[in-house]
Amino acid sequence: MIHRHQVKKQRIIFIVLLSLIVISAFISAGIGYSTLSFNRLIPTFLGQGTFKEEFVLFSVRLPRIIITILAGMALALSGAILQSITRNDLADPGIIGINSGAGVAVSIFFLFIPTQPGSFVYLLPLVAFIGALITAFFIYILSYNRGTGLQPVRLILVGVGFSMALSGLMIVFISSADRQKVDFIANWMAGNIWGADWPFILALFPWLIVLIPFTLYKANKLNLLNLNEPVAIGVGVAIEKERITLLLAAVALAASAVSVTGGIAFIGLMAPHIAKSLVGPRHQLFIPISILLGGWLLLFADTIGRNVIEPNGIPAGVVVALIGAPYFMYLLMKK
Amino acid sequence: MKTSIHFSLKFGIGLILLVGMFCVSMVFGAASTSLLDVWQTLFTDVKSDAINILRELRLPREVAAMLVGAALAVSGAIMQGITRNPLADPGLLGLTSGANAALAISLALIPGINYFGITLVCFIGAAVGAIMVFGIGSVKKGGFSPLRIVLAGAAVSAFLYAVADGVGIYFKISKDVSMWTAGGLIGTSWSQLQMITPFIAIGIVVALLLSRQLTILSLNEEVAVGLGQKTIQTKSILFVVVILLAGASVALVGNMAFVGLMVPHIVRAIVGTDYRQIIPMSVIAGAILMLLADTIGRTINIPYETPVAAIIAIMGLPFFLVIVRKGGRVFQ
Repeated sequence: MIHRHQVKKQRIIFIVLLSLIVISAFISAGIGYSTLSFNRLIPTFLGQGTFKEEFVLFSVRLPRIIITILAGMALALSGAILQSITRNDLADPGIIGINSGAGVAVSIFFLFIPTQPGSFVYLLPLVAFIGALITAFFIYILSYNRGTGLQPVRLILVGVGFSMALSGLMIVFISSADRQKVDFIANWMAGNIWGADWPFILALFPWLIVLIPFTLYKANKLNLLNLNEPVAIGVGVAIEKERITLLLAAVALAASAVSVTGGIAFIGLMAPHIAKSLVGPRHQLFIPISILLGGWLLLFADTIGRNVIEPNGIPAGVVVALIGAPYFMYLLMKK
Repeated sequence: MKTSIHFSLKFGIGLILLVGMFCVSMVFGAASTSLLDVWQTLFTDVKSDAINILRELRLPREVAAMLVGAALAVSGAIMQGITRNPLADPGLLGLTSGANAALAISLALIPGINYFGITLVCFIGAAVGAIMVFGIGSVKKGGFSPLRIVLAGAAVSAFLYAVADGVGIYFKISKDVSMWTAGGLIGTSWSQLQMITPFIAIGIVVALLLSRQLTILSLNEEVAVGLGQKTIQTKSILFVVVILLAGASVALVGNMAFVGLMVPHIVRAIVGTDYRQIIPMSVIAGAILMLLADTIGRTINIPYETPVAAIIAIMGLPFFLVIVRKGGRVFQ
């Protein structure tokens, strides 16, 4: 039984966060390198702006805002799933090597497959996805033990090792590439939201539409997996099967987000954590909150990063790490 | 006495391997040279094109490779001994990223900083990074467990790299910073070596002098205290040694993970758990490993150079995985 006042509290927080996102999106749309004043925002949005105003809003800022919100949501959900199936509060798709897997795939594709620029960009999310999946597969295999099943602690250690070695591999590729491509990859690694265009939103959106309901549907299973193995087996959860499907979902979410935003870590760590401390550890309650928090956090970080220095700004991944790493250290000290 | 004879034999074989590897890495490269050229470079005053290449480019570079390999291996061995943690490594535990961040900040604030200044800054940065990681570890009892230390290291590194990135982009010096941090052994000069060598030499000598204490310390804290060791004093000195060695390495070649992790493990498999033997052997094995990695990096993709750090990282991963697997019980 979930207490009614808990549900009520969750609803209130949900609505507060939703309005926070809307307000932040509004502010984010109004500030930036090109001028578009706040009082012109709504007329422009309704189709009464000049050509320049419409271009800035619809082709530059709006897609970027939507992409950051969606990517943040996907990362937060992915982190929430990972934390529960590994029973470790410190799991995050970035820290355990999924980002770097996607990164290596993107650089291999970018450097060695000669395609027309313009057509290939829409393939990148797919490539990143495959890279992340292969990496996750290896990490899973190597942290699996025939006697005891998946060892959550080992999963994280192996992930950290993989992420370091893959960054090394990336340097190998970069060292034999030409300058322009290197710049793109370096920016990608730092988490510069590069895919800020409508088609990328279409590439990201379906994953969320399918996987958010899927995860909520699995919420009870996640609750049980989070307790401990004997309990979960005792009440009839097919542990390995559930873990693999949920791991796949988490990888898919992280990979789709990372493929359009570049390497962003810590969102998947922070959002579920804050959500749990707000509404408790039940997945039905904290997952929606954590999704919204993730979206808001990334939007917030990108808005700051975009406006700190003009015109290029600091990659959102850097801003997120500056906020997220101290939070992580704080958690580590507290636990 | 039997073991010590045994050890000197192993040490001798190590030395011979080192000399062999040194010759190999001197001979192979983008410009082809012969063993005779190498001989003339080292022991005569003869001048020719090939000898000039060797004397001004390849020799300082290989000397740097050996120094850095030895320094990183010894600092890794010390860290593993003090923390009794098989996964300790200056690259994994925040020292390298700390030196990086400090480097970026100093390049931003003091544009004309000279090489000596940069070296000092790297020491400070390495110390800050290490103190952050060990600070997080030591808040809780049993905080030096491999998982916690690795996670703390990953978080601190992520933070400090973000600082370095952010500063680099903000002050528009990211290219200069990456030239330092990703430069590897490319363009190592004699003057840089003159600056760095004393630090590394002092570090290694102090480590050798304290190796007996380190062996006791690596067994158990209580045993060390019981045997009359001033553990805090010993640990502090060793900590300074680690920072000297790791900081000097970063100042010379930039980022280099996994050397400090791999070498002590290989060495332990050869000579056992006594640090009086582990440390001298680590010096040799570290130097050989770096020479090998550098030679591979220079020859695998001529005329491009593959950074040593990348080669090392790829060699290091299987090692890391084996250590994690072997030490599985420790982590439970």
